[in-house]
Formats: sequence, C-alpha cells, structure tokens
Amino acid sequence: MAAEAEHDEAFAQYAHPERLVSTQWVAEHAGEPGIVVVESDEDVLLYETGHVPGAVKVDWHTDLNDTATRDYVDGERFAALMSRKGIRREDTVVVYGDKSNWWAAYALWVFSLFGHPDVRLMDGGRDKWIAEGRELTTEPTEVTATDYPVVQRVDAPIRAYREDVLDALGTTPLIDVRSPQEYTGERTHMPEYPQEGTLRGGHIPTAASVPWARAAAEDGTFKSRAELEAIYLDEVGLTPGEDVIAYCRIGERSSHTWFVLTHLLGFENVRNYDGSWTEWGNAVRVPVAQGEERGEAPEATR
Amino acid sequence: MSTQHLPAQLAELVTEFHEVPEPDKLQLLLEFSRSLPELPSRLGEHPEELEQVTECQSPLFLAVELAGTGPDAPVNLFFSAPAEAPTTRGFASILHEGLNGLPAEQVLDVPDDLPERFGLTKLVSPLRMRGMSAMLGRIKHQIRAMQAG
Repeated sequence: MAAEAEHDEAFAQYAHPERLVSTQWVAEHAGEPGIVVVESDEDVLLYETGHVPGAVKVDWHTDLNDTATRDYVDGERFAALMSRKGIRREDTVVVYGDKSNWWAAYALWVFSLFGHPDVRLMDGGRDKWIAEGRELTTEPTEVTATDYPVVQRVDAPIRAYREDVLDALGTTPLIDVRSPQEYTGERTHMPEYPQEGTLRGGHIPTAASVPWARAAAEDGTFKSRAELEAIYLDEVGLTPGEDVIAYCRIGERSSHTWFVLTHLLGFENVRNYDGSWTEWGNAVRVPVAQGEERGEAPEATR
Repeated sequence: MSTQHLPAQLAELVTEFHEVPEPDKLQLLLEFSRSLPELPSRLGEHPEELEQVTECQSPLFLAVELAGTGPDAPVNLFFSAPAEAPTTRGFASILHEGLNGLPAEQVLDVPDDLPERFGLTKLVSPLRMRGMSAMLGRIKHQIRAMQAG
C-alpha cells in the first residue's frame, strides 16, 4: 500500500502535491513498512559519508545507466536493482539528494520511465535535512530483497529522442536548462584541459534559456507556484497544457525542470531529451544557434 | 603494467587501489577523502592565491609551490574542497599523497592517463574522473608557468 500523501499547506499550491514530502515527514515516516527512502547524489561517495537513517543509495551512473549502450537499464535490470534495494512495486519511494535534488529528480524521472506508481521527492533534499540538524548515519541500511516485477520501460510519454526534437523544432517549445555560457556557446577552452566532450557550443534553435536552478529557492526547496509561473509562463512564454521538451548536457539537470513543469505546474506532456547537448553538440548536420537569441527553426530540418 | 613510469609513492597508491576488491574501492576513496590535509592558514586566509579547477563538478581549489628552482625543485601541493564533495576530496588526496614533495621534473613526467590507472572509472563514471585529470593538468601547467617565469 502506498503511503498517504502528506497534507502540507506549502505543497497544496502545486499541481501534484502528492509528489513532494517535507524533511519532517521523512523524519517521521522513514523506516515504516511500505516506505523506502532513496538517496541519489551527484557525488558517488556522499551517501557513505552519512545518510538519512534507513535510506538506501541509488547511483545514476552505476545503477540506472546501461554499461554498454548509452541508455537506461532495461526492465530486468531495474527489477533486479529494486529487489537489491528492498523496494516493492507497491512501496512509496521518497528520493532525496545533493544540489537541490538535481540528481534525485533524475532518479525519480528514471523510476517514472518504469512507471513506479508512487515516487516522491523530499523537498529541499540532503542540504535542507542537514541544515535542520537532522540525524545522519553511516550505519549500513539493512535490506530484505524483494520480488519486484519486470516492467518494461515506457519512454515515449516523458523521454524525447533526437529525432523527436528535430520533428518538434518550430512547433514544440524547448527549454535549455544549462548555464548561460553553455547556452550561448561561449566556452572557456583551455588547451590540454578536458572539456565536456562536445564539438559544437550553443543551443538548439528556438530553445529558451532557463537554468534549472532558477526553480530552486535558497534553501534548495522548490520556489512557490507563483514564482515558477512567473518564470516559465510569463518570462518564457509557455502556455499551460502545451507540450514541452527540456534538455541540458546529459539529461540530469533537465530532469529537475521536467519535475517542475510536470508535477508542480501540471504540464501534461513534458519530455526530457536526455541525449541533450552531448548528443546534439556532436551530431552532424543538426542546426545549432549561438549567442543569446533563441534562433529560428530551419525550414527543413532533415 | 598500470604502474609503469610512475614515481614509487604514486605507484604504491595505484597498486593499493588495484588490490582492493571492487566493493571496497569506494570505501578506500572515502578514506582518502578524509585524510586530505587542511590548507595551511597562510593559504586559507588568502583564497585568491588558489586556482579553481572548474572542470570538477564541485568546487576545488589548488595551489602549487616550488621549493627552489630547476628540475629537482620539490613540488608542494595544497588543495581545498568542501566536505560535501567527498569524491573530489578523494581525488585531491590521492594526488597529494602521490605527488607531494616529488621533484618538479617527476611530476611533469607523470602520464596524463594517470586517473584511468586506479580502476575507478567504472565505479565513479568517466565524467567524474575528468575532475582528477583536470587537477593533474593544472598542477603541471602551474609548474611549467613557474619554471618559465
């Protein structure tokens, strides 16, 4: 049985308040049957330095990505991962992580590809938990393996491929959530220093620049709905209900924006283009815009 | 041989990482992250003398000093990274333990593929390993700049 949604007034303003829980809720409910707390960080060692008592670790690189193909794990491997982490299909999963839940949102998005029914974010993430002086432990979490069903991934509703983006140019709004310097294509190239491995700098024509972290408040929680609407509706010009594609460099930061648009603002068809700039900036003959202007969609994109 | 052409104190670390079974490698990196020496106060109070390694996904600052001139001048390394970035701290700590005090010439001769030799790439991802490559690159760059200056 999934846990009851938290009745928190701060969350009621959002489209899907049941997708968020507070640190207080986690402190009260972690360890209860039917609730599994998952930590997912950018830094692969952070969990080991101390985690929410009872939390298990899911790493984006070693657990969620396929080791050979640039893709996510398949249904079999996801089921095996869930079993190893002691997660049942009917469990409520609460994800939290470092950097305003950037990677936690990525993990949540991947859980969503497999349609895990109840997966939530702990608003404010790891930093808020620590700022509030809450307990961390290095004690390993004891896990009983579960029998998680093999569920095939369903990409289409929330994941865009390169072809989808090409088809969408000029019709579906794109949000580029990288830093302004990445968006304009200005790079601080220094010889002999490794860069991010893209051959072209810039952005996908027509994409609006909204760095992902603008959706986060100082304390790492999400901004209010009114503040978010001011950014995505008033400033960017999105219309509630329209299709949107978000991208960044490898699809992690844009998962955060995907969460904001989907679960906080209630857009129904937001897709994350996880190929993102590492694919687009290396692809041959795709259009690239440089500078601060969004740029025009080319008449024929293929 | 993954320890080929490495100074002894560095080769030892590569061997150490290879001898540890896979599940314990992260734990070993964590131990390194804990043993990164604090900045001496003269540098801690002058953060402008440190160079930021922007390729790291977390803030990392380093300073390089040469005790003397010429190829044999010992290299002193100083790193600063926050506790919330244990992986970055771990990489810095490995470089500190493996390179600190070596003659400039030997540090410059360390192969650029050093980060790949620890057998960590699979566990921590190539993206994260780039942070270590960048640190090594900047250390060498600073040594060359000082030697030229």
